[in-house]
Amino acid sequence: MNRYYWILGAFAALVALLAVGLNLNPRDVPSPLVGKPAPTFTLAQLAEPDKTLSPKDMQGKVWLFNVWASWCVSCRQEHPVLVEFSKKVDIPLIGLNYKEVRGDGGFDMGKMPADEEKKLAWQRANTWLAQHGNPYKLTVMDLDGRVGIDYGVYGVPETYVIDKAGVIRMKHTGPVTPEILAKKIMPLLAELNK
Amino acid sequence: MKRLIATLAVGLVLNASPALASSATEAALAADPVAEKRLLGLSEELRCLVCQNQNIADSNAELAQDLRREIRGMIKDGKSDKEIIDFMVTRYGDFVLYRPPVQGNTLLLWGGPVALLILGIIALVRYQRRRAERVAAEDKPLSADEASRADALLKELDNK
Repeated sequence: MNRYYWILGAFAALVALLAVGLNLNPRDVPSPLVGKPAPTFTLAQLAEPDKTLSPKDMQGKVWLFNVWASWCVSCRQEHPVLVEFSKKVDIPLIGLNYKEVRGDGGFDMGKMPADEEKKLAWQRANTWLAQHGNPYKLTVMDLDGRVGIDYGVYGVPETYVIDKAGVIRMKHTGPVTPEILAKKIMPLLAELNK
Repeated sequence: MKRLIATLAVGLVLNASPALASSATEAALAADPVAEKRLLGLSEELRCLVCQNQNIADSNAELAQDLRREIRGMIKDGKSDKEIIDFMVTRYGDFVLYRPPVQGNTLLLWGGPVALLILGIIALVRYQRRRAERVAAEDKPLSADEASRADALLKELDNK
């Protein structure tokens, strides 16, 4: 009799283990970049294409870095949250437009000249922000996704919290929800701005 | 003519491999079979984070294509395999590796099966020993009474 209890116990433990495993989010990959300096880049700005931005320009400020694109469906879900955030909170939100044209999938990139891609990307990004509101202090354009790779971007949208020293303190993959903003991002921002 | 056929054949072989050749630059690099072989070897070791159960050699996701492009670039720049793998790990973490390194948080992963095997062997040996003891304990010589009963029964059988 004793032995059957033992088997039952082992089975229950296995069920518990699998239940926990199945409820984990496989997309929630811990980023090795948290705690490391934000990778550097120099990218053209959306509003003023002649000007560029680098992370070192943000030195001394706590800022949010949000990866978006007009083709990204989840960004639409997240966008109102960011717009609301930008109205209420005085923390610079910088946008990284990720592969605006190439990521869309609807274009034959083999046939598109670089200047045409550029023109199209700026036009699409501007139109999108005009339509949905612009929460960004400014947006930089990562046409080929190289900066995205340096930041370990694999699913747009993604959001980074970067501190005054330029160190990444948090990464959130997927849309920012009001809950995540209130429970995780805002407390961290408050702490970093102390 | 022969040359043409050879060129066509090479082209067919290269195109038959799904991981290779799509855009113009990729086709140019595909002309270098040594680099392509390295690319294939490396990208089979790396997980595509978009479609997590595929490696970046198999995956056709945008990100996998971009990462193959990066790896090609690095191979061209003469980077070692280790440098290329490190490039990926610093960006995406150990999760990109299909063969995770043996370290603190992967001990259970690597040691678990071995530990289970050892536990199983221990359980088996203990069970066998206990059974042997039980059998030995029950295997007592017959008492005089039992022996005479057994004799009687055997004789009865013989007489039938």
